[in-house]
Amino acid sequence: MKYQSQKVAIPYFIGALTLFFGQIVFGLIAGFQYLDGSFLFPALPFDVVRMSHTNLLIVWLLMSFMGAAYYIVPEEAQTELYSPKLALITFWVFLTAAVLTILSYLFIPYAHLAALTGNAALPTMGRGYLEQPLPTKVGIVLVALSLLFNVTMTLIKGRKTTINWILVGSLWGLALLFLPAFYFPEDTVKASFAWWWVVHGWVEGDWELILGALLGFILIKMTGVDREIVEKWLYIIVAMTLISGIIGIGHHYYYTGAPAYWIWLGSIFSILEPIPFMLLIAFSFKMLMQRRREHPNKAAMLWALGTPIMAFLGAGVWGLMITLAPAQYYMHGTNFTAAHGHLAFFGAYVMISLSIISYAMPLLRGRLANSAAAQRWEITGFWVMVLSMLVIALALTGAGIVTVILQRAADHPMSFMQVEGKARVFFWVREVAGFSFFAGLLIYLRSFFITGDYEYTSEIKQALAR
Amino acid sequence: MQQVFTKAMARNIFLGGSVFFLAIYVALSIDTWHRIPERDHADKLTPAVLQGKYIFDTNNCIGCHTVNGEGAYFAPELGNVYKRRGPAFIKAWIQAQPTGIPGRRQMPNFHLTQKQLDDLVLYLQWLSNIDTNNWPPNIQG
Repeated sequence: MKYQSQKVAIPYFIGALTLFFGQIVFGLIAGFQYLDGSFLFPALPFDVVRMSHTNLLIVWLLMSFMGAAYYIVPEEAQTELYSPKLALITFWVFLTAAVLTILSYLFIPYAHLAALTGNAALPTMGRGYLEQPLPTKVGIVLVALSLLFNVTMTLIKGRKTTINWILVGSLWGLALLFLPAFYFPEDTVKASFAWWWVVHGWVEGDWELILGALLGFILIKMTGVDREIVEKWLYIIVAMTLISGIIGIGHHYYYTGAPAYWIWLGSIFSILEPIPFMLLIAFSFKMLMQRRREHPNKAAMLWALGTPIMAFLGAGVWGLMITLAPAQYYMHGTNFTAAHGHLAFFGAYVMISLSIISYAMPLLRGRLANSAAAQRWEITGFWVMVLSMLVIALALTGAGIVTVILQRAADHPMSFMQVEGKARVFFWVREVAGFSFFAGLLIYLRSFFITGDYEYTSEIKQALAR
Repeated sequence: MQQVFTKAMARNIFLGGSVFFLAIYVALSIDTWHRIPERDHADKLTPAVLQGKYIFDTNNCIGCHTVNGEGAYFAPELGNVYKRRGPAFIKAWIQAQPTGIPGRRQMPNFHLTQKQLDDLVLYLQWLSNIDTNNWPPNIQG
């Protein structure tokens, strides 16, 4: 850490991890409701648990992206953040809004919440991931504006690097792509078409740019590789993201009422969508090979190398599996999509968030790296979470296969609820793996409470003694 | 070492490629916009249907169900439920919730009036007539 103002990232990272914890708790409840449908009913119906799970995910990822921006932009610009105070106020506004929103989900029936918050005047509620009541959506825009003002002013007054251009540019993109959340056409087909501007635009477009910028920054810092090389790679990666991803949005338009030409366009461009993730893997391992220094933060390096691999698996491989129109004809709207969603969100965006937190938090706490003991806890947490999420994705894939065989492609198709009964074993596996993931999260969080610096001398002595 | 492929070239591919494909996307979306009303019979979006849609949205139906495959995978597809079950069954089913059968997935009772139920079913009927390129593969959704 080179600038005092970078410290505003601390509350963002802590807040993000706290909400992450909450997200997993709701995930466990939702997963259990697949096994016992009357669990916590009527206090917490499934839809309430699910939207708490997904909304917390989005909010904590945004929070960690913001923390990352407040950490990275000043360091790259070689100047203090324009207004640390504004960043801090924004954090508390954001956290309060997020907590109030989740509480309103838990304690107010959704239709009442809609009536209370003026949804009738400007309907925005009732769409996946965008369930937030109007005041929350307005709040998200205000928080985004504050962030954009702060980082843009910092960028203007300081050094302009490619990392900063891509990062700040993609934060602008993130905010602009949220605006269609206020546009909810009465025509359901149009509404679905426009909904993807936000959802696909974020996770299969803009956020990949944020991921690239964060990973590029971490790799420059940790490997000491020449910035020029990293930045050239980054441009190629983000170019492939948008070249494949913009028309690739068509894979959401096959069976939702849009014209049939999207079947061809979506399929062709979707095949290209794994390419940026393959490039990310090649890039990060090449940088590792060419490293000019051994950074003592082994945990951060593990996260940074794990991110492209898991992102490639979740977004690339699992995405490709369901993206071609003939396959999606049977897989659309099944747990194949849930498997892809879990592995991709985790592999790409959760892991890049934990990467930057892993790299930056020790520095923000005044040390280059955590003690070896703390890193061992963090690395154990890494493996338990990664392996558990792979099992969750495989279990959901199994449930998806059951649906395709018994319901979608069967000569005598079973009804939805009959099929869910047949897939029960996979829901059990998913839930057990969910608890395992939760254990991994606890192990990971434990690492933050082990104090102490990384001591070269004691580490060397220990290594020699072995 | 000689730089054959420079950073500036990479940047130009990024900017040029993005703008090019974004322009194509915008053109295609405008075309799609003009074709959708015919494919989903937008002329039949009567005030009653739209009322039904509002009830559908503000009770977070897609928090458990899917519509044309989009939503959650906890409860059956609703895009074609009108054709699968018919209006009378749907109304009776909604009114009978929750079943209260232990272990079975529970749907809340939304305390809808008769008029609201009628509107909701009209919306489900409208949904069932969208041209979705023959999806879902069969009536079970």
